[in-house]
Amino acid sequence: MPKLEFIFRRILTSIFVLIGVSIMTFFIARVIPTNAAAMYIGPKARQEDIDRVKKQLGLDKPLPVQYIVYMNQLLHGDLGDSISTKRPVLLEITERFPATLELLFTAMFFAILLGVPLGILSARWQGKALDVGVRTVSIMGVSMPAFYLGLLLQIFFFRTLHLLPLAGRISGDLRFTHPVQSITNFLLIDSLLTGNWIALKDVAPHLVLPALTLAAYPIGLIARMTRAAMLEVLEQDYIRTARAYGIRDYVVTYLYALKNAVSPTLTVIGLTFAFALTGTFFVEIIFNWPGLGLFTVRSLLAVDYPAIMGMTLFGATGYVLINLIVDLLQAWIDPRISLK
Amino acid sequence: MMNMEAAVSTSQVENTRTFRHALGVIVRDPLSLASTIVIILFILMALFAYQVAPHPDEGAGKTNVPNSMLAPSWEHPFGTDLLGRDMLSRVIIGAQPALIVPIGVVLFAVLIGAPLGAIAGYKGGWVDEVIMRITDLFLAFPSLLLAMAIASALGRGLDKAAIALVVSWWPWYTRLTRGVTISLKERYFVEAAQAVGVNDWVIILRHILPNTISPVLVQATVDLGTVILAMGGLAFLGLGTQPPAPDWGLMVSDGRTYILNQWWIATFPGIAIFVVVLAFNLLGDTLRDIFDPRQYR
Repeated sequence: MPKLEFIFRRILTSIFVLIGVSIMTFFIARVIPTNAAAMYIGPKARQEDIDRVKKQLGLDKPLPVQYIVYMNQLLHGDLGDSISTKRPVLLEITERFPATLELLFTAMFFAILLGVPLGILSARWQGKALDVGVRTVSIMGVSMPAFYLGLLLQIFFFRTLHLLPLAGRISGDLRFTHPVQSITNFLLIDSLLTGNWIALKDVAPHLVLPALTLAAYPIGLIARMTRAAMLEVLEQDYIRTARAYGIRDYVVTYLYALKNAVSPTLTVIGLTFAFALTGTFFVEIIFNWPGLGLFTVRSLLAVDYPAIMGMTLFGATGYVLINLIVDLLQAWIDPRISLK
Repeated sequence: MMNMEAAVSTSQVENTRTFRHALGVIVRDPLSLASTIVIILFILMALFAYQVAPHPDEGAGKTNVPNSMLAPSWEHPFGTDLLGRDMLSRVIIGAQPALIVPIGVVLFAVLIGAPLGAIAGYKGGWVDEVIMRITDLFLAFPSLLLAMAIASALGRGLDKAAIALVVSWWPWYTRLTRGVTISLKERYFVEAAQAVGVNDWVIILRHILPNTISPVLVQATVDLGTVILAMGGLAFLGLGTQPPAPDWGLMVSDGRTYILNQWWIATFPGIAIFVVVLAFNLLGDTLRDIFDPRQYR
């Protein structure tokens, strides 16, 4: 029963946080800019145009009223229209989201697949060459700006080795000769499902460099945190007792210790997801990846504030949801948490 | 009163002792020592950028088109950019927005965040509740996304990017200081001060805050790498420093177009960011091993 109560309370707080997030997003986009209406039209606006737009957008009303109108639209799934593309922001987001998600998932897949085992091995062989190597690579991974690493990888794999494509999600001509039928909108999965091998052979290499660039920071962070979590567990009394009983070393490390290091590792993975989400912005610019990041950055520079508001809200909602999922997963894995 | 004085001085002795201990560890560990030296050199270079740079006027933005796109040479060790400006000078002067401004950002974030955390932790009750719920709200956003949105709403520019970063970073220090304060509240020197009837605000200012300095300082050093990366990111996106002023992130962005042929334009500013962030992260790791500010969370 306490578990159910914990889940309920945790979901309730998330809803309150989301309401707070919507107020803050509203504040950033409507209150901070000195003249939102003038921004809406552009630099060469005449006063009467500004007044007209103000009325049209409801900016002449008091702020609480504006917020209620905005909230009402939000609940109906209306994020407003983008100023630069003149299309609904929600449509822009849903159209581009699969590309970003494909990149994000691939990167996180690599990051977890490499980061967690590296962290465990590093803790297992603490102070040995392997440990030093893993620590060096992971600290370099978290110190390298993604926008710079992407360039270095482009130089090396495209210019020097001629091994991987420079940018984009799929080669231009393939889009017409072997179009990928959209099912999930993940090109990799869609081309696989439809047996479109030629497209698959083109899509997969396009994904490698951006995913690798995006994964560098998460790999470093996950490896470091997994190592720290493992080291903390390995110092515990019950591990020493298990060793004293003569239980084999790998059983102690990979069975007894690992189980208790899962929970902190999970927190870090959740956290890195959020880091990676903003990381996609830089990676998408470098690799000309047609996802949310490219759209967001264009909107940020154009002060396309309905788009910025929509994206900020979208990003924060994603972040809150990831945190919620991680907390619930932990309560499921570790019963002690829900009893706190 | 005697007891109270004694208790206070004990806590201060403790602080100086851990500080000396930390210094000892850093000096003995070659990697930490090297990082510290690199950081100090970079900061000095940034502070005296106009004296150090071989072509300070070009570094600041003056064009010299006949020298366009020269490869690295003795004359121009880092080459020149499209407008013929000496890249070495631009990297040196670009250290001011890329390195000194983030240090200022963290400083301001601490100055806002730490007192709020001390008040929340010491007062407790509804004051704590209000401050911490506001903090939660800011932390519900991915920090960099929040900073981007604010920077864009304020209009582009270095000052705006710096404000945006302060606004998105202060809550971390509120959270940390609150935790430290709650553990300090039970210590004798605070109880002694309460017993003799010292005003709450005086206790917070004179007895709590000075003792939160070392964990907060450690956390700030650990965070500096991340803030430098964030600042570089904002500059790269065009939300920070505006051309013709130099900034590492902005220079990487400029050089991106020519990366396949004139590789030097993006390479050197990129290395500068990497080296500085790496140095801060290495030093931060050592400091974290000594103090572990996370124990208060």
